Amino acid sequence: MNNVIYTIKSNEKLTENVFKMVFEGDTSAVTASGQFINIKIDSLYLRRPISIFDCKENELTIIYKVVGTGTEMMSKMPVGTKLDVLVGLGNGFDTSVSGDNPVVIGGGVGVPPMYYLAKKLIAEGKKVTAILGFNKADEVFGKEDFEAIGCRTIVTTVDGSMGVKGFVTDALKDIDYSYFFTCGPEPMLKALYNASETSGQFSFEERMGCGFGACMGCSCKTKYGNKRICKDGPVLVKEEIIW
Amino acid sequence: MVNTKVNLSGIELDNPLIPASGTFGFGYEFAELYDINILGSFSFKGTTKEPRFGNPTPRIAECYSGMINSVGLQNPGIEKVISEELPKLRECFHKPVVANISGFSLDEYVYCCEKIDKEEQVGIIEVNISCPNVHGGGMSFGTSCESAAEVTKAVKAFTSKPVYIKLSPNVTDIVSIAKACEEAGADGISMINTLMGMRIDLKTKKPVVYNKSGGYSGPAILPVALSMVYKVYEAVNIPIIGMGGISTAENVIEMMLAGATAVEIGAANLIDPFVCKKIIEDLPAVMQKYGINNLKDIIGGAH
Repeated sequence: MNNVIYTIKSNEKLTENVFKMVFEGDTSAVTASGQFINIKIDSLYLRRPISIFDCKENELTIIYKVVGTGTEMMSKMPVGTKLDVLVGLGNGFDTSVSGDNPVVIGGGVGVPPMYYLAKKLIAEGKKVTAILGFNKADEVFGKEDFEAIGCRTIVTTVDGSMGVKGFVTDALKDIDYSYFFTCGPEPMLKALYNASETSGQFSFEERMGCGFGACMGCSCKTKYGNKRICKDGPVLVKEEIIW
Repeated sequence: MVNTKVNLSGIELDNPLIPASGTFGFGYEFAELYDINILGSFSFKGTTKEPRFGNPTPRIAECYSGMINSVGLQNPGIEKVISEELPKLRECFHKPVVANISGFSLDEYVYCCEKIDKEEQVGIIEVNISCPNVHGGGMSFGTSCESAAEVTKAVKAFTSKPVYIKLSPNVTDIVSIAKACEEAGADGISMINTLMGMRIDLKTKKPVVYNKSGGYSGPAILPVALSMVYKVYEAVNIPIIGMGGISTAENVIEMMLAGATAVEIGAANLIDPFVCKKIIEDLPAVMQKYGINNLKDIIGGAH
């Protein structure tokens, strides 16, 4: 974990309430996909934990949804704004166990961490399928990004206004895969836990105090003992999860 | 050169900075970030006789200039703390440490105290009788003079180490409870624990944390803590470790002027993991700015 001052390079609206923010600054603390950053916003006490969409040398990108005061303030921040950020938090995904043709499954704002993960998997020579689940067509984002890096990309929408009609599990049952990785709302994760035929890794969300393992605010019980979502997670393997 | 040393019950601290229990784990998370041996000491995660998972999540809510937590004393239990956590702590911290213990009965306090008394690195035992997040224990011992005195006497009988009683602000008269602890043999007072607080989510129209209420900490409570430390300082003759919302070197000096011999830093560690290091680095310049050469000379200076 590093404490870095990031400068906003761009802050662009993707859908009605989803924004993409690119930062300039040191990214050397990011050691795995699936890690997150924790952003301090002036006048708010707690930092805002947000997953990493993409990461290069000296450039980090997040995609965030406006859900409350903090993200609302972020959506209005101009280019050039400097932010105090803790970088490289959490365990991240372990890609070494993915097999040759893994599937990455994101739901809503669970989609962003799947992109950096997919890039890593492709760089490791794997054939990656991405399933991106949304409610309706005008909420869809990221499709072109996944296609551009060579993912077979399947969009699902609950109302059928784009791609496969239904949930990510409806798309999953029609494909072959060696392993899966997922992030999204908990009902989706639970449905995947039950529907999946292989092992997999799940990225979880919880209200956090610190984001780096000090306060025990985000603890959960697993088959392997108590874990802190922020430090021992946010990624848990299928075998350890207790639903 | 200014002097930042203070003395707590015969233990000399290089500076008055002590990260507060529950915000610093057993030290090693922070030792990855900086050499924690620059600290005066630190108070490790509140430990109970049995292992505890704590309360269901969500356990955290944001507040104006602070936060609510309802962790509920999650810890691996005293046996594992001694066998697994303290050896790791010893590798990264080489000064006397503050052992924070809690219980649900007098027997549990005594049990933990007796065990921890044998640990060489423990310099001070901080007895938490003020956790607002557990039922039938914790705070219930800290809300009357009689029960506070009873716990103090019970643990004092089983240790030769200095015992500091950590008090709750959620009482009608914290001064009388502090006096009762002193009369029962306490070597010092730690104050204040968190204030009871609640936030309600407008979307769900329910309290944010699962436990409904939790402990409110952060800069918002500094004035409450200062006022209480000020009053207790006038009533007792034992040292006070002052805490509640301290986030800067200026806050440290303010708390010491109110009457604290040392200070604990809590919520601020969670927002800025380097805050204690920054305060320690800032302290000499801030002391000079206010004409303070020897930090211990200002203890209770506002009286």
